[in-house]
Amino acid sequence: MLNISRVHTFYGHIEALKGIDMEIKQGEIVTLIGANGAGKSTLLMTICGTPRARSGRIVFEGKDIAQLPTYEIMRLGIAQSPEGRRIFPRMTVQENLRMGAITADAQYFEQDLERVFTIFPRLKERAGQRGGTLSGGEQQMLAIARALMSRPRLLLLDEPSLGLAPIIVRQIFSTIKEINRQQGMTVFLVEQNANHALKLAHRGYVMVNGVITLSGTGQELLSNAEVRAAYLEGGH
Amino acid sequence: MTDMTLSAGPKAPSPLVEAAKDAVFAAILVFLLSWLMIGYQTQVLQGQPMSYVTRYSDVLWAVFLIPAGRFLMTLTRFDRTLPAVIGGALGFIYLFIPGVLGVLEVPVYGEFFVTVDPLQPDILPFEQPMVNVIFGIGAFFVLAAGLRARRKKTVGAQTLEVREAAEARQARISKNLSSILGPLLIAVALIIPFTPWGDRKLVDTLILVMTYVMLGWGLNIVVGLAGLLDLGYVAFYAVGAYTYAKLSIDLGLDFWASLPIAGAIAATFGVALGFPVLRLRGDYLAIVTLGFGEIIRIILINWQIFTGGPNGLGNIAKIDFFGIPFERNPKEGELAFHTLFGLDFSPVHRIYFLYYVIIALALVTNFVTIRLRRMPIGRAWEALREDETACRALGINPTNTKLTAFALGAMFAGFAGSFFATRQGFVSPESFTFIESAVILAIVVLGGMGSQVGVALAAILLIGLPEVLRELSLYRMLVFGGVMVLIMLLRPKGLLSFRVPTIQLHGKKALPPTTAGAVK
Repeated sequence: MLNISRVHTFYGHIEALKGIDMEIKQGEIVTLIGANGAGKSTLLMTICGTPRARSGRIVFEGKDIAQLPTYEIMRLGIAQSPEGRRIFPRMTVQENLRMGAITADAQYFEQDLERVFTIFPRLKERAGQRGGTLSGGEQQMLAIARALMSRPRLLLLDEPSLGLAPIIVRQIFSTIKEINRQQGMTVFLVEQNANHALKLAHRGYVMVNGVITLSGTGQELLSNAEVRAAYLEGGH
Repeated sequence: MTDMTLSAGPKAPSPLVEAAKDAVFAAILVFLLSWLMIGYQTQVLQGQPMSYVTRYSDVLWAVFLIPAGRFLMTLTRFDRTLPAVIGGALGFIYLFIPGVLGVLEVPVYGEFFVTVDPLQPDILPFEQPMVNVIFGIGAFFVLAAGLRARRKKTVGAQTLEVREAAEARQARISKNLSSILGPLLIAVALIIPFTPWGDRKLVDTLILVMTYVMLGWGLNIVVGLAGLLDLGYVAFYAVGAYTYAKLSIDLGLDFWASLPIAGAIAATFGVALGFPVLRLRGDYLAIVTLGFGEIIRIILINWQIFTGGPNGLGNIAKIDFFGIPFERNPKEGELAFHTLFGLDFSPVHRIYFLYYVIIALALVTNFVTIRLRRMPIGRAWEALREDETACRALGINPTNTKLTAFALGAMFAGFAGSFFATRQGFVSPESFTFIESAVILAIVVLGGMGSQVGVALAAILLIGLPEVLRELSLYRMLVFGGVMVLIMLLRPKGLLSFRVPTIQLHGKKALPPTTAGAVK
């Protein structure tokens, strides 16, 4: 579904991604783990077109999207729950969801709204409330729900566990799993919380300083000694 | 604040000393500022060379009163509130009340306080009653600061919840007020020419006010909804005005035929400016739009052949009643407004008609804005104001979205410009200076960004007030400035600031958003 090959991305003179190859297949949950500053979010954002990949190909459903502007990429069936959630704080929950559906066919709106309210019943309770007054976990739910409203085929999640209590993190992750299983949604998950992410994902990649150093199924990576030493033990 | 951090040395000096130091500094500052500007006034008497009068006593009073007020206010910061309350109250009573009576020229108050008779010695500090009023307002602020500090001491600092609840309550009040005031204002505006007060002078002033209401509503799309700070809005107003002027003079088109053309051309200018600059954000965008406003004005001044240069363009066709002129003696076989309706000719008819035209134009602007807010494009504007990056991630093209806001705002300015040209019958670059942009922006900000009724109120205040205050002559702008400062102090988000969600959960009994916010 998404094929990334030899992608290099620069911030000015600094090379943030040094030739990334990656594949995401239909129906998978793929996770990318790595330390702070490894370039995980940069890769996710490069898929979205900001920053633009300087070289390499990013092929989504047979179309090279590497040089398209962000807003066009996001209309092709890719949706993103950005790092830091970035919901619209002054707008109500429902308006935020309406914003998510802005590029989608209006006739599906009611139906999609019901669907995300079933996944996140909490949001239904808070439908009329301003986004900025939600708790962190609710805001994360809103960010994911907003992304779902555009009826994507590929869902990009950037650190959904950031700054959330462990119990909320578990909730969010089990919801991601449900979305994947029930709707067959392909998910690309960038996470620092390696333990949770690898347990959830079908496959995973490990990134160090802008390079993919390891890849394999979630279980393989979980039992890999290097991964255990670097990301799983000691920290938690 | 700074003097507090400075005082955080090993041994904190006494509040009295701190406040006194501050007051002395203030006194020096007041003296430096006032001794030339207030101390001397030039006067020209007939047949004599220019001379000046001195007003040293005023300077002395200012040098005493301002630092005194400051002294008391500084003390409140050290929890010494009583002097501020007493001093402020005394100052308010002895300056404000006699001052107001003096301004209103009430003679009886001499028995209680002092007399305004210029021949009699006066115990009021300043000769002009108005200046006493202003200092009285200053004393009121000292009093308010004292009272507020006292309350804070007893109640304690506000928690976040309390503040949010208070904010939500204020938003709800604003909202309810708007829903009553809006229709009321429209109703009053519609019937006012038929009331006994609706004389020509009032209607003339109201036409001016309504023009600014319309401009405010137009700019509100750009600034209030899309969040693009436009300091050159007057340029589009000018484009509209000159477009109609040229169409009328050179091609003989009437107002109604020119109106859409003027709007379209102004919108085109909006796109032409917007396209290159809308990728800029915040301050940079403001600077570029400011420059654009000046460029248009300078072109108008210098392109002599086309725009008439500084002399402007005159003899612009006056408005007609959908093709029927307002003339005393229409041409043979043609109708005029008064013959059509069987009225006696009166020049006031045209004024009244102008008044209703501008009301209609303004209401169209309002209606379009309200409708657009509920459509995807309007929602995209608001979202763009909140978070451009998030918008891009949702598939919104930021440049195009901003461009529509810019073009639409420009179009309404173009309509208003044509109206201005047909009303005046004359346009010149002088009407389109930066100060106009600033006034329109002030209307939007004072009204409460995005609030339609608030903008209308602010326009009434900002345009109507100086007209009403003409009798105060010299102090007009001073009072005007004071009112603006007051609004920003008391209602920093604007007169009526609130936000209505563009969609509600239908059928569900979801709590209204403001109360839901307060409950949490």
